[in-house]
Amino acid sequence: MKVSFKLNGKNVVIDVNPNEVLLDTLRLKLGVKSVKRGCERGECGVCTVLMNGKPVYSCMVLTPQADGAEIETVEYLQGKEEVKALIDSFVKHGAIQCGYCTPGFIVTAYALIKAKQNGLTKEDVIKGLEGNLCRCTGYKKILEAVINALNQLET
Amino acid sequence: MLTKIPEFNFLKATSVDEALRLIATHSNYKLLAGGTDLLMDLRIGRYKPEVVIDISKVMELKYIKDLGDKIAIGSLTTLQEVLESPVVRGKAPVLVEAVSNMASWQIRNMATLGGNLCNASPAADTAPPLMVLNASLKLRSLSKGERVVNVNEFFLGPRQTVLEKGEMLTEVEIPYVKDAGQSYLKLGRRNAFTLSIVSVASLVKVEDGRFKEVRVALNSVAPTPVRARSVEQALIGKEVSYEAVVKASNEVIHDISPISDVRASAEYRRKVSIVLVRDSILKSLSGLGINVR
Repeated sequence: MKVSFKLNGKNVVIDVNPNEVLLDTLRLKLGVKSVKRGCERGECGVCTVLMNGKPVYSCMVLTPQADGAEIETVEYLQGKEEVKALIDSFVKHGAIQCGYCTPGFIVTAYALIKAKQNGLTKEDVIKGLEGNLCRCTGYKKILEAVINALNQLET
Repeated sequence: MLTKIPEFNFLKATSVDEALRLIATHSNYKLLAGGTDLLMDLRIGRYKPEVVIDISKVMELKYIKDLGDKIAIGSLTTLQEVLESPVVRGKAPVLVEAVSNMASWQIRNMATLGGNLCNASPAADTAPPLMVLNASLKLRSLSKGERVVNVNEFFLGPRQTVLEKGEMLTEVEIPYVKDAGQSYLKLGRRNAFTLSIVSVASLVKVEDGRFKEVRVALNSVAPTPVRARSVEQALIGKEVSYEAVVKASNEVIHDISPISDVRASAEYRRKVSIVLVRDSILKSLSGLGINVR
């Protein structure tokens, strides 16, 4: 079946199977490799994308459900001021080891900044990121990186 | 075991009428609301529908309305929308408390209130708060029109509800409860993003130092979310005291029939149910400014 959506600012029309998930369409058919394959059961967060501005797990969205939606990934978001600040801060704080979870964290953290532009507390950040798992860093550095990026954006 | 999502025909409804027509004409169908439960159930082979009917774009079922004496929530309202609603936070804080402890932001952005109820997991976290709030559910079908079922009568067994073929949940109505303390406690294997081992919602009203109304509901300790009627009856009319709450909480074992599973043993669930019921009632009391400890 034909599905059309906006991917990273460009209109896409693509033929998909009804049982295809957005993760597979993005990675296998559209070459969007920042979106990682992880648990494939809506738990780990490495496949997080923005759908109409909201973070969702692309492994838990049937591609036909994305018909008419706007999908954004790191490939596109990296041009935004907030994401640049996040990336710099992740590097500066060593919030990356293997890097596999990083795009998902960046997408969720960006959405968090956009959703609550003023007055994000540390607790808000912890709560907002609870759907992204990292098996290397123990979260402390990621948390520091996001909070530091926030502070930088506010000043 | 995870397998690939099996093949099915995909149909999309954009209005309630269209959805009702589609479910009236197909027999082996599944409705797709947020999909966060359905996609897993398809992957593990729990359901093998011929047709998946996408209702996630039925905008007329996405709303939260304050009707003055009750809140009406469209069944396709997402959990995140429920969580962020000042109306729900003001009038049904026990529901907000439950939803804030459900899954993750990414899941709450997709998952719907109606989906959580209709999936009818024994661990459904929106069920205990809605049960103590005495919520009504509006069900609609082409053949029977609309009927209203109390949420306390909605669940029949694991993944089973009173919903008939061709019928769908359209609205959840939560009556205002005046002068009541409400609380929700969830025990999982960890603090964040976890399934319930047991969760408890309670609602209490006190008049002249006595329990006027007590409602307690639990999930994950029976084939369906359940009311703790024994606990409720043991408290109504009694003078409010710590001892009375402790004594009544023990009665919960008559209301539950837990099983052992990957999350916890039946014995553990019985023990923590007593503790959680006690703590939840005490917390509801302190919401009324009554601290009896």
